[in-house]
Amino acid sequence: MITVFSRPRSLADVSTHYCPGCTHGIIHRLVAEAIDDFDVAERTIGVAPVGCAVLAYNYFNLDFQEAAHGRAPAVATGIKRALPDRIVFTYQGDGDLASIGTAEIVHAANRGEAITVIYVNNAIYGMTGGQMAPTTLEGQKTSTSPYGRDVSNAGYPIRMAELLATLNAPRYIARVAVNSPVHVQQAKKAIKRAFEVQIKENAFSLVEVLSTCPTNW
Amino acid sequence: MSEKLLMKGNEALGEAAVQAGCRLYFAYPITPQSELPEYLSKRMPEVGAVFLQAESEVAAINMVYGAAGTGARVMTSSSSPGISLKQEGLSYIAAAELPCVVVNMSRGGPGLGSIQPAQGDYFQATKGGGHGDYHLLVLAPASVQEIVDLTTLAFDLADKYRNPVMIMGDGLLGQMMEPVTFPSEGSRELQPKPWATTGKTKDREKNVVHSLELLPERLEAHNIKLQRKYAQMEQAEKRWEEYLADDAEIVLVAYGTVARICRSAVDAAREKGIKAGLFRPISLWPYPSEALAKLTPIAKCFLCVEMNTGQMVEDVRLALEGRRPVHFYGRTGGMVPAPEEVLAQIEKLVAGRCEA
Ligand SMILES: Cc1ncc(C[n+]2csc(CCOP(=O)(O)OP(=O)(O)O)c2C)c(N)n1
Ligand code: SF4
Repeated sequence: MITVFSRPRSLADVSTHYCPGCTHGIIHRLVAEAIDDFDVAERTIGVAPVGCAVLAYNYFNLDFQEAAHGRAPAVATGIKRALPDRIVFTYQGDGDLASIGTAEIVHAANRGEAITVIYVNNAIYGMTGGQMAPTTLEGQKTSTSPYGRDVSNAGYPIRMAELLATLNAPRYIARVAVNSPVHVQQAKKAIKRAFEVQIKENAFSLVEVLSTCPTNW
Repeated sequence: MSEKLLMKGNEALGEAAVQAGCRLYFAYPITPQSELPEYLSKRMPEVGAVFLQAESEVAAINMVYGAAGTGARVMTSSSSPGISLKQEGLSYIAAAELPCVVVNMSRGGPGLGSIQPAQGDYFQATKGGGHGDYHLLVLAPASVQEIVDLTTLAFDLADKYRNPVMIMGDGLLGQMMEPVTFPSEGSRELQPKPWATTGKTKDREKNVVHSLELLPERLEAHNIKLQRKYAQMEQAEKRWEEYLADDAEIVLVAYGTVARICRSAVDAAREKGIKAGLFRPISLWPYPSEALAKLTPIAKCFLCVEMNTGQMVEDVRLALEGRRPVHFYGRTGGMVPAPEEVLAQIEKLVAGRCEA
């Protein structure tokens, strides 16, 4: 019998706490596949965010650190500077990365820290119950924008990938989605390329993954 | 290196850290401690170590978290407003039981305050500072030589207890120059840190550095474990120095820069025939309460002198449990008390039979 499909070795054999239909799970899998493809699990350290993925350390067969809300790029900087030959990635939501942690992501990117950032943008604060995020779309209703996001009050959704792409140091920045098989394949390629940039070019890479939050919108 | 060198407190601290095996340093500039990052920006590359100027104190302490989680010896430094920004990180570091050294060359507050020496951060350092039930080990040097000795000790204690250690100085200590010798380098064999996140190899389970415990039972168990550790520190890590305290009827209690001033005041009082002495806590947490209380049979009263409006005096009162009157004299805002001022306080107390 030939095995045609199996769980990536870097993904733990446990069920996750994510809501049915949430795409955090797919993105975890793509990250684990990339790590397996490069066979670097033994020298990879992940950094979990505060957000729905706070328990990511339970779902990967990897050493992990859990960071304070938004601080994952600073924590990853500390790890990578201490162990320059290891592979270090952060996994962050849009509240984590694009709101409370904007300073940390901008400066880690600007220094060209050789880390990979998986930026999961679901346009909402999932974990705390569906409040408006800096990425929430114009007119989108959330628990703290009950009349829809009013840009004259809350500003426009922030475009982190575009902002970071203006910096000199980052080597690879991409935005992908996981809402169809084709898009999942594209996301897989982008995440793999992001790890390759770290492993082979010792440079900063970020993949923004547009994700769903069926529970909250 | 055992010859005597003339060094500023901030620079001596940096050199002591390097010699103690500190291999990463992250910080954001602030007066009055900038000589420390300036020194380390030159010195760390010489030993193949990492100097990184962070974008903020918030980022710096989180870089410390990441590096400490790999098992490396790591340090950050700042002064009062910057230490406030590090409190979130310190709470996480204490909760995740990571070893690191944090320096506060404190200055006048509250708010932006001044860049002059002060001790207004005593509560913040010894009573928590960040959220949750946790403690830092807090060491308060009073000379440049002691800065060196306590920095070396700080790294060892941090590793021993897997706990952040704060070196609490002030602007004056950081900037004054005194002769120092460094402990002979020798071979500093660091203990292995099997809990560190270095990459999960096949021969071990994965390591996770975290502070989240969603189940109340587990978080309570973690808190109990932490408290047990703090109790061990209270058993083993209290440090203090006494000066002419044995037969003293008036005991001054002061730490850091103020302790030096009080020592001069004690000498001046003795010349006038007043039996004054000095009790100088070196560890501010754990506080050497029992040693202080042992002075009560002879001491008639205590005078706590601080560069703040009265913070450590609460610990002095707790230690003495009402057995003797405890008086307070403080200057604040960056004002440093002169020995004559302290002497005047001593004389006033003597005139009032220690009760005034
Ligand atoms: C300092 C701090 N502020 C606020 C919170 C509460 N909090 C937890 S998760 C979260 C938002 C997470 O949203 P996002 O990063 O978009 O991730 P998601 O849950 O949507 O995956 C907030 C505000 C916190 N834990 N810490
Ligand atoms: S709340 Fe939203 S983001 Fe969080 S697990 Fe549920 S669906 Fe996913």
